[in-house]
Amino acid sequence: MQLNKLFSAVMLFGMYSLLSAALFVSLDAVDVALTEASVGAGIATILMLGALSLTTNRQRQISWKRRLPAALVTVAIGVLLLYGLSDLPVFGDPAAPAFKHVYPRYAFESPHEIGIPNMVTSVLASYRGYDTLGEVTVIFTAAVAVATLMGHGSDTRSFSGEGMEHHLILRINAKLLLPMILLFALYVQFHGDYGPGGGFQAGVIFAAGFILYGLVFGMSTIREVAPPKIIRILCAAGLGLYLLVGLCGMLLGGNFLDYNVLAHHPVHGQHIGIMLIELGVGTTVAASMIGLFYAYAEHEHRQ
Amino acid sequence: MTTEHFPILQVVLPLLAAPVCLLIRHPRRCWWLAMTVSAATLVISVILISTVYASGPIVYHLGSWAAPWGIEYRIDRLNSLVLLIVSGIGSVVLLFAHGSLGFEVKRSRQYIFYTAWMLCLCGLLGMCATGDLFNIFVFLEISSLSMYLMIALGYEHRALNAVFSYLVMGTIGATFFLIGVGLLYALTGTLNLVDLSNRLEPIAGSPTVLTAFAFIILGIGIKAAVFPLHWWLPDAYRYAPNSATALLACTASKVAVYLIIRFVYDLFGPGFSFKSVQLTEVLLAAGVSATLLMSTVAVFQNDIKKMFAYSSVAQVGYMVIGISLASVAGVTAALLHMFNHAVIKSALFMALGTAFVRTGGFSIDQIQGMGRYMPWTMAALLVAGLSLVGVPLTAGFVSKWYLILAAIEHDYLWLAIIVVAGSLLTLAYVWRVIEAGYFKPIPNHIEQRREAGAGLLVPLWILVLANLYFGIDTSLTLGAAHGAARALLGIAQ
Repeated sequence: MQLNKLFSAVMLFGMYSLLSAALFVSLDAVDVALTEASVGAGIATILMLGALSLTTNRQRQISWKRRLPAALVTVAIGVLLLYGLSDLPVFGDPAAPAFKHVYPRYAFESPHEIGIPNMVTSVLASYRGYDTLGEVTVIFTAAVAVATLMGHGSDTRSFSGEGMEHHLILRINAKLLLPMILLFALYVQFHGDYGPGGGFQAGVIFAAGFILYGLVFGMSTIREVAPPKIIRILCAAGLGLYLLVGLCGMLLGGNFLDYNVLAHHPVHGQHIGIMLIELGVGTTVAASMIGLFYAYAEHEHRQ
Repeated sequence: MTTEHFPILQVVLPLLAAPVCLLIRHPRRCWWLAMTVSAATLVISVILISTVYASGPIVYHLGSWAAPWGIEYRIDRLNSLVLLIVSGIGSVVLLFAHGSLGFEVKRSRQYIFYTAWMLCLCGLLGMCATGDLFNIFVFLEISSLSMYLMIALGYEHRALNAVFSYLVMGTIGATFFLIGVGLLYALTGTLNLVDLSNRLEPIAGSPTVLTAFAFIILGIGIKAAVFPLHWWLPDAYRYAPNSATALLACTASKVAVYLIIRFVYDLFGPGFSFKSVQLTEVLLAAGVSATLLMSTVAVFQNDIKKMFAYSSVAQVGYMVIGISLASVAGVTAALLHMFNHAVIKSALFMALGTAFVRTGGFSIDQIQGMGRYMPWTMAALLVAGLSLVGVPLTAGFVSKWYLILAAIEHDYLWLAIIVVAGSLLTLAYVWRVIEAGYFKPIPNHIEQRREAGAGLLVPLWILVLANLYFGIDTSLTLGAAHGAARALLGIAQ
């Protein structure tokens, strides 16, 4: 399908994300689905719309001569990928290496070792917790980069973006939705041990609540509720919390990010460790997303 | 805290410094913090490399989970050398950044630069130290994103265009890498490099392994600017702040080359890389064309910074030639050149940064007669330039000498001739700089110009003297490179 209107492209992109989320649910990857729905369909769409409002809505026409090499490269990569897929294990094959090697310990030992039912959280937060620290750092870096390049990093400039407060229906609905969004975010944050969820998704949902508030009640109001300075501190603090949990493990005689030593009983230690790092993740992600929204909104205002 | 935690501390200290820098916001205090942390990483990497040579590889389990379930750091002869390059050059360039940044980046944004610097250092060291394939991807992203930010802080508006093409190319590279990682995981069920290498051996003939290999090498090849995947590089180097250019050219690209060596020789193994896949021919073609074509392009540049940027692509070509030979001599030459080129290029880019403080540009006309009013800077440019050419008694000579020896060992006389031809082309463009600096009169319109301050000259000359030192005493560099190459190819010590 070819579209020249970028707005429609963004909408299609959001739908695509939502459909993939549905696909992930049917594949029993509920955690991935929740992430895709909140990040891909939710916050990414908002950010892309923000970017559209700063540029034009029309795609520039490019002659087919310039597109041809790109098309050839794309086809070549596609053929290579198909060739590569030919020897992959059959879908759902229980004898596939992915189910045979490291998987059994994650699936069958983690309830004793980590003590929480959601093994996705066990892997993300504990077995491979260091990767998650890296991912949080990536988000932190991206937020700092975008805020610097778009917002020029200033806190003090007066700002008077118009809200949509005069729309009665919008206002009432937003007021109704807001507490539920924030409550749901907290549920996703703290229920990640038992069901799908965790810091990443919760942070994004939390930020979505703030963004909705900002859109309806105006930028000056949201900046009073969540001043950019606080947002920046929280963005750094979340990452700092994660790192400190890791260093605590080290100071208490374990290795970096060893949660077993955080309490007298290893499983209890794992609980504390995972809760704290998830809190760190949620804080940094929420603050980063709100910071990104500020950066776009301020840039638009300046133009 | 004992020495056992050093592998992780080296990576985590810069990571911890990054959010702190963001909160401090005061440029000078941020620099002090960053400098302290950077010096600490240097000390740690010296201790690590000596420990590795004394008692073998160091393994560190993150979260105390044993590999392959958890992530492990594995420091051996190869990556301890790269860690030393990154932390060493990073520290000297950061010392230089203190003096040069004020001329390029607004004071109110300098703390962002130091935050990005710390993140980048963390990412680069993390990529080297880790023994986990997915962990490499995560830290690759950290170092790339922070590098984009540093380039974008360049004072010219075109820095944004340059960084955008780098961002697009870099993201494609990272995605290719991730596709390769995904395919390998589906095939083997593990992400640990040692484990993966063992489990790949029986299934080496599979088309999926071939595809994964292609995606991983292409992805990292983009990051390392291996010809012809280098299109992003000249502009990115040209418009970045000078200290960031030195960091990018001397650490980021070296880590990418390290990853190529690690994957080709360690993960997939020379048997797969050079027998199942005809990698020798591919890499040799890429390396030779890089050396000849990019050196020729560099000769015709009137912008010195861009000239040295193209020269970097050519020099990566030398390393790729060394890698392609699949022998101890070849890998030794590649590693030696990795180290020596880091020392050479950081000195060159820092010399340009020092000149920029007075001239305000990089055009070859702007340095006319610089030898008279900035003698120390121009002398540094001369020595580092000769080292780039490969004149005896400089570091550049040593690595080219060993590359020629490796080529002759394979009976590739033509290759030895190409290496020498590349050096002659290098002499041609370096000579243009020297001629302008020493033999052209000072233009009349220049008012009283004087030498740059000691804050810039001291770090610059540390590296210039390093060029001379490693050109005369090769026991350290050659020993480390040779030891790493032998360990990689599985030859007993």
